[in-house]
Amino acid sequence: MLSVRNLIDTTSLTADDITQILDTAQSFAEVNSRAIKKVPALRGRTIVNLFLEPSTRTRSSFELAEKRLSADSLNMGGSTSSVVKGESLVDTIKTIAAMNVDMFVCRARFAGTPALIARSTDARVINAGDGKHQHPTQALLDLYTIRETFGRLDGLKVAIVGDLIHSRVVGSLAPALKTMGADVTLVGPPTYQIVDPGWYGCAQTSDFDSVIGDMDVVYMLRVQLERMEGAAIPSRREYNRLFGLDAERAARMKPGAIICHPGPMNRGMEIEAEAADAPNSKVLDQVNAGVAVRMAAMYLLLGGEDDGVSY
Amino acid sequence: MAFLIRGAHAVDPQAGLDDVVDVLVDGERIGEVGPGLEVPTGATVIDARGRYLVPGLVDMHVHFRDPGFEYKETIETGSRAAAKGGFTDVATMPNTAPVCDTGAVVRYQIDSAEAVGLVRVHPMGALTKGEKGEGLAEIGDMVVEGAAAFSDDGRGVQSAGMMRTCMEYVSQFDRVVSVHCQIDTLTESGLVNEGRCSTRLGMFGWPALGEELEIERDIDLCRLTGCPLHIQHLSTARGLELVRGAKAEGLPVTCEVTPHHLFLDEDDITDAYETNLKVNPPLRLASDAAALRDGICDGSVDCLVTDHAPHAAHEKDCEFEIASFGTVGLETSLPLVLTNLVRTSRLSWPHLVELMAVNPRRLLRLDAVRIERGGEATLTLIDPEVEVEVDDAWFAGKSRNSAFMGAHLKGAATDVWCAGTRTLADGTVA
Amino acid sequence: MEQLGPKATIMDEQAMARAVTRIAHEVIENNEGSENIALVGIVRRGANLAQLLADEIGNIEGRRPKVGLLDISFYRDDVTRAISPVLHRTEIPFAVDGKDIILVDDVLFTGRTVRSALDALMDFGRPRTVQLAVMVDRGHRELPVRADYVGKNVPSSREEDVRVCIRPLDDHSAVEIWDVAAEKKLGGAR
Repeated sequence: MLSVRNLIDTTSLTADDITQILDTAQSFAEVNSRAIKKVPALRGRTIVNLFLEPSTRTRSSFELAEKRLSADSLNMGGSTSSVVKGESLVDTIKTIAAMNVDMFVCRARFAGTPALIARSTDARVINAGDGKHQHPTQALLDLYTIRETFGRLDGLKVAIVGDLIHSRVVGSLAPALKTMGADVTLVGPPTYQIVDPGWYGCAQTSDFDSVIGDMDVVYMLRVQLERMEGAAIPSRREYNRLFGLDAERAARMKPGAIICHPGPMNRGMEIEAEAADAPNSKVLDQVNAGVAVRMAAMYLLLGGEDDGVSY
Repeated sequence: MAFLIRGAHAVDPQAGLDDVVDVLVDGERIGEVGPGLEVPTGATVIDARGRYLVPGLVDMHVHFRDPGFEYKETIETGSRAAAKGGFTDVATMPNTAPVCDTGAVVRYQIDSAEAVGLVRVHPMGALTKGEKGEGLAEIGDMVVEGAAAFSDDGRGVQSAGMMRTCMEYVSQFDRVVSVHCQIDTLTESGLVNEGRCSTRLGMFGWPALGEELEIERDIDLCRLTGCPLHIQHLSTARGLELVRGAKAEGLPVTCEVTPHHLFLDEDDITDAYETNLKVNPPLRLASDAAALRDGICDGSVDCLVTDHAPHAAHEKDCEFEIASFGTVGLETSLPLVLTNLVRTSRLSWPHLVELMAVNPRRLLRLDAVRIERGGEATLTLIDPEVEVEVDDAWFAGKSRNSAFMGAHLKGAATDVWCAGTRTLADGTVA
Repeated sequence: MEQLGPKATIMDEQAMARAVTRIAHEVIENNEGSENIALVGIVRRGANLAQLLADEIGNIEGRRPKVGLLDISFYRDDVTRAISPVLHRTEIPFAVDGKDIILVDDVLFTGRTVRSALDALMDFGRPRTVQLAVMVDRGHRELPVRADYVGKNVPSSREEDVRVCIRPLDDHSAVEIWDVAAEKKLGGAR
C-alpha cells in the first residue's frame, strides 16, 4: 500500500512508495505488451478526468490507462467545464463527487488545485499537473524510464536543463530523484532558475558545458515559448546556443548516458534532431512508460487495505 | 446614561495613569476618576475588578468595502466587527467602488458610520484619482469633508515623480501620507514570499525587495518634501531597519504592523494552500516576524493595525492563485496581542495603549482621548483572562476569512464606550 | 512472542512428491501424451508447483512441457477490498491458442482465483482446453469450479487456513492447517 491517499506531489512519497509504483508499473508494462492490452483491475470504478487546462498528451495517456484498467471514465474540462460558466471549482467538484465517483485526475492552471479538490471530496485525487507546482506522474514515468535503462536510480547523476522556473516537471522530478538517491543538478540561465534549489537539495548552475560530460541523464525541459515575452532570455537563438542540446553537446555526454525530454519538444530551441532522435534518446520510452505508470498509480490508489484473506 | 466602572486597572500613559481606580462615565464625558467613587443616582455600576480600562482603541488600517463591495462588508457590519474587537475609531482605506477620491465619498462614509453609531469612521482619501497613480485626487476637498489621511492602499504609487507630487501637495495640509509599498514590476504575479515558500508551493514569488525598495524611495521623498510619511503593514526585518534609520535621522516617518505579519510566517502556508493566509504583502520568514515583534516591543513600530480585509466565502474557497488577498482582523487583533505579547510580558499595558490608541490618534490627527476628568468617555474595557475560541461565532463582521481561524486565545475586550455610548456590553455588540 | 505452529500437517514432502507424480501421469493419460500441453502456474506457489509438475512430465515423456506464470492480481474481483501488496510478473512465453493448458495452483478454495485466472488466460488467446490441477482442494466453493487433478482433498473449516509450503519459496515443503483466529490474536500473518 502507498503511504498517501492521493498522488498530489512527489515530495510526500517515500522511497518505498516510489519503488512500489515503479514495480507495479512493470507488471502493467507487461499487460501493455500483450495482444489484448486490458485487464479488469478497476472494473466498475469511475474516474473523472478534470482537465482545466488544455492537454493532449497527458490526457490521452490517462485515458488509455483508464481504459486498459477497465475503469469507467468521464472527461470534463476545457469548454465543456462549468467552471467557465462561472461556477466555482469547489461547486463543480462537489457536484461531480455527488455522483459517487472514485477518483479525480486533475490538470489545472493553478498550483494547489488538486489539494483543493482533495479537501472537497472523499474521492482519490491524482495531480496531472498543477500550474508551476508539480506533475508527479510525469516524474514517475521519468524515473521508470531511467530505472529501466540503468537498473537503478541510486547514485545516478541527473542534469535537468532549461526553463526551470516555469516547470512543474522540475517540482516533481527533482525531489523524487533525490528521494531515490540520485544526484540532481539544475541547469538554466539565472532568469530561469529555481529561487531556492536547496529546498530540493539540488545544485544549480548556468554552465551547461561544465556539467554535461559528467551526467548519466541529461533531461531537457521544454521552454515555454508563450512565456518568452518579457525577456527572461534575449532570443531563441541565444538560448539554443547556450542551453540547447545539439549534436556537438550530445557527443560530449559520457558513454551510456541518456537523453530525456517530457515533450512536446521545441526542436531547434532546447533540443536538436541529432539529440532528440539519437539512439540514446529515451523520449518515446518515456511516453510508453507513461501509460503503465499511470495504470500503476490508479491501481494502487484505488486498492484498499490488504486484509490478508486468501482464496 | 451614566456608568460607574468600578475597580478596573486603568492604563493611560498620557494621563500617567496605571492603577486600579473607579471611572465615572457621565454622558459623553468622563465625570470623575479616582478611588472609591460614590454611585450617582441612576448610574449603572460595572464591576470591572480584574479587568483593564484603556482609552478607546483605534485601528488605522481597515477595509469596510462600502461603497461598492457591500457583499464583503458594509460600514454597518464593519462597525460591528470593530466594536467586537474593542475599537472606537477606525481609518478606512479608499479602495472602494467608486474609489474614495472625492469629498462626497468621504462624507458618505463618515455619515453612514454616524448613522450606525458603533464606531467613528475616519476615511483615508486616495492620493491619486481612482488610485491609478496618474493624477492627484481632490485631496483638499477631502480634507474639508473630514479625510484623516491619504493613501493609495492596495497598491503603491508606481511613478516616483507622481509620488513626489502627492507628497508635496499633501504637505500643505496637516495630514499623513500612508503608503502601501509595492513595486509592481518586481511583484507581478507574486503570490507568496519569494524563496523557499514560492519554490515549495510552485508559485511566483513576491520578493521582499519589491516592498523594501519602495520604502526606501518614499523615505527619500519624505526627506525631500517634508511630508509626514507612514509606512503601512511592514512585513520584513529590513523594512523595519529602513524606518528605524529614517527615525534616527529625524524624518517624520512612522510605521505599522499587522498581527498576521507578527504571529504567522511563510511556513504556515502548507501544501493545503490555505487561502486565508494569502495576504498582501505576503507572510515572510519566521525571522522577519521575530524582528517585527522586536520592533513592536522596542518602540520602533508606532501602531498595530489589522489591515482588516473582508472577502466573501467564494473568494477564498477557491484556488490559492485566484483567491483574493487579505484576512479579516478586527475581532482577533487585541486577543492576539494580549495572548502573544502582553501575557508573555514582552509588551507592557501602557505600551499597548500607545500602539493601539495613542499613536494612531496622533497620526490620524484626531483629538487625544485621555482617561481623566472631563476627557471624552471613549473607553475599552478588557478582560485579560477571557478564553477566546476563534470560530465562526466569534466574528461580528460579514466575512470569516480569518488567517487565525481555529486559534485559542486569551484576553479580549468586554465593553466599549464610544463618546459615552456603550457599543459593546459584556462581549456583545449593541 | 509465542511461537505458533500449524494445527496439523496433512502432507509431508514425500506425500507431495507422490501426488505430483500421480498428477503427471493423469495429465499425460488424459491428454494422450504431452505434445499439445503447456502449464500455467498461478503465482506464487502454483508457479512452483507447475515447475515440479513439468519436471515430472518431462521425466516420464522425455520432453518437458513449457511453463508460464500468471499473476492474477489485476483480475481479482475484490480489488476494492484487497490488492496484492507485491505484484509478480506474468510470463507466458508461448502461444496459448489451440493448446491444452494445465492451470496449476496450490489450494482450491472459493474458486475465485481460478475464475480470475481463466479471465487472464483468455486475454492471451484461445486455448483448446483449460484443465485445473491443484495440490489441495479444501472445499467451500463459491463458484462452479472443479479441479481435474487433485493432490489431496482436505475437508476444512472456514476458520482454518490450508497452506501449501514449497521449497525453495518456503523453508520446507508440506501441506498444513493453521488456526487463523489464534494467529490473528497474536498479530501474526504470513
